[in-house]
Amino acid sequence: MRLLAAAALALLGSAAIAQEVVRIGTEGAYPPYNFINDAGEIDGFEKELGDAICERAGLACEWVTNEWDSIIPNLVSGNYDVIMAGMSITDERDQVIDFTQPYYPPTASAYVGLSADADIMGGTVSAQTATIQAGHVASSGATLLEFATPEETIAAVRNGEADAVFADYDYLLPIVEASGGELVFVGDRVPLGGGVAAALRESDTALRDRMDAVIAEMKADGSLNELLAKWFPGSNVPSFPTN
Amino acid sequence: MFAACADPASLGDAMWFACFLTTGKHLNFYAAFGVVLLLLAITAPAALALGFGGAVLARTRGPLGWIGKGYIAIVRGVPDIAFFLFFVIALDQGLEYLRHLMVCPATDGPVYQGNDFVVCPAAKVPLSTSPQWVHEAYGFGLAVVTFSIVFGAFAANVLFGAMQAVPRAQMETAEAYGMTRGQAFRRVLVPQMWVYALPGLSNLWMVLIKASPLLFLLGVEDIVYWARDLGGSKTPQFTDYPHGDWRMWYFLFLLVFYLAFTKLSEAVLSRLMRRLTHGQATSGGEAQRRAEA
Repeated sequence: MRLLAAAALALLGSAAIAQEVVRIGTEGAYPPYNFINDAGEIDGFEKELGDAICERAGLACEWVTNEWDSIIPNLVSGNYDVIMAGMSITDERDQVIDFTQPYYPPTASAYVGLSADADIMGGTVSAQTATIQAGHVASSGATLLEFATPEETIAAVRNGEADAVFADYDYLLPIVEASGGELVFVGDRVPLGGGVAAALRESDTALRDRMDAVIAEMKADGSLNELLAKWFPGSNVPSFPTN
Repeated sequence: MFAACADPASLGDAMWFACFLTTGKHLNFYAAFGVVLLLLAITAPAALALGFGGAVLARTRGPLGWIGKGYIAIVRGVPDIAFFLFFVIALDQGLEYLRHLMVCPATDGPVYQGNDFVVCPAAKVPLSTSPQWVHEAYGFGLAVVTFSIVFGAFAANVLFGAMQAVPRAQMETAEAYGMTRGQAFRRVLVPQMWVYALPGLSNLWMVLIKASPLLFLLGVEDIVYWARDLGGSKTPQFTDYPHGDWRMWYFLFLLVFYLAFTKLSEAVLSRLMRRLTHGQATSGGEAQRRAEA
């Protein structure tokens, strides 16, 4: 009996050690992808997805928040192991870090202004620093006004500093709905980037392959689509083809 | 917090705010004030100690003097923010590199692999397996060390000046009485220099209070971080307490907090100054003596 108990304890102990700890960095300021909820905890689509990935891959995941500006530098210097922060795959980023396959299809970005005829091609357009949207605005001919947080890009439109804001459609949609007609979408949606994915250090190929396999599995069995439907409700739910 | 808070949309204004201001997120905000006060409570004495050491070194001749003077000159000359951003990363990677040399098997690849800084899991500081509070404490510790080094350099310069300001004749008299240089330093110079140092040090304390939002730059979730997050507009999908852009009110609150805190500090420091001046051979001390006589 005592031997059994000891064996069970040893097993428990080794299981606790065997479970690899993976630290996931996120911004915590980009609902519905990631945000801090009323209780002060990280919440959102990526939190739920990340926890599901970790459970399936047998990893113990620990969430940390980091400023968007320094989110890639802190990944490569090893402060955390994965970024899940609504980050789109782009060639520029791919040169510095590695991506898993996308867990969110290529995103549609959109312009939002105070009126539907806001000048988005020749006026001033706000966007978050170091995003694909900022890159797009810079090359569109409009004057780019950059901010460190998504919140400030919206505030710039409200106070007239910018004619429009350019950001992910899914980030803008709840804001436009809650604004009671003050904010409206301007023009058509613009598809940008290669989808949103988890980012890892280039040297961390084993972990990337492990997460990649789980994401593929979640796409195939439809569980990823369920999460997408939960966090991005509306007429245009993003989804992946299932088996 | 309260049972009535289950459905905030149905509440009246007063109760809504009572619930809103006691959400878990707000409690984090209030706790962050403790973080700032703790930073000041640790940094101030640490910077003073570093400053004292730097000043003593800078007074000596030869290589030790160069170290002291070099410390003061370099740290004072570099912008705080640049030093903060550089030093915290350098310190963190330096620690990990040292551990890497000690504990990692030699078969591991180089530390720098392209863009990546990679040490083996056992060399991570803190270990990936450590609970989150250890990581937060470590980040806070890095911030304290960096603040102490920066403000220590300024304190060293102030104390260096204060030591020079003690009348030379007093030191000569002490030596004439047969005290060694060490004794004269401890018994005559140090007790008297504070009155000369205090105006400079109190200035530094004020700057330190005002510099505490730099914690935010170092990734510590301080009051600025929470004020910005809490103040940002919230849509009903993601919170029970939707509201518009309230950042102005939160930052106004921080402004009032800092003003009140510096005001309090001023009062304490002026009392301390009165005390230190007592019986000193300075114009302030002379004025006190006359008033009492």
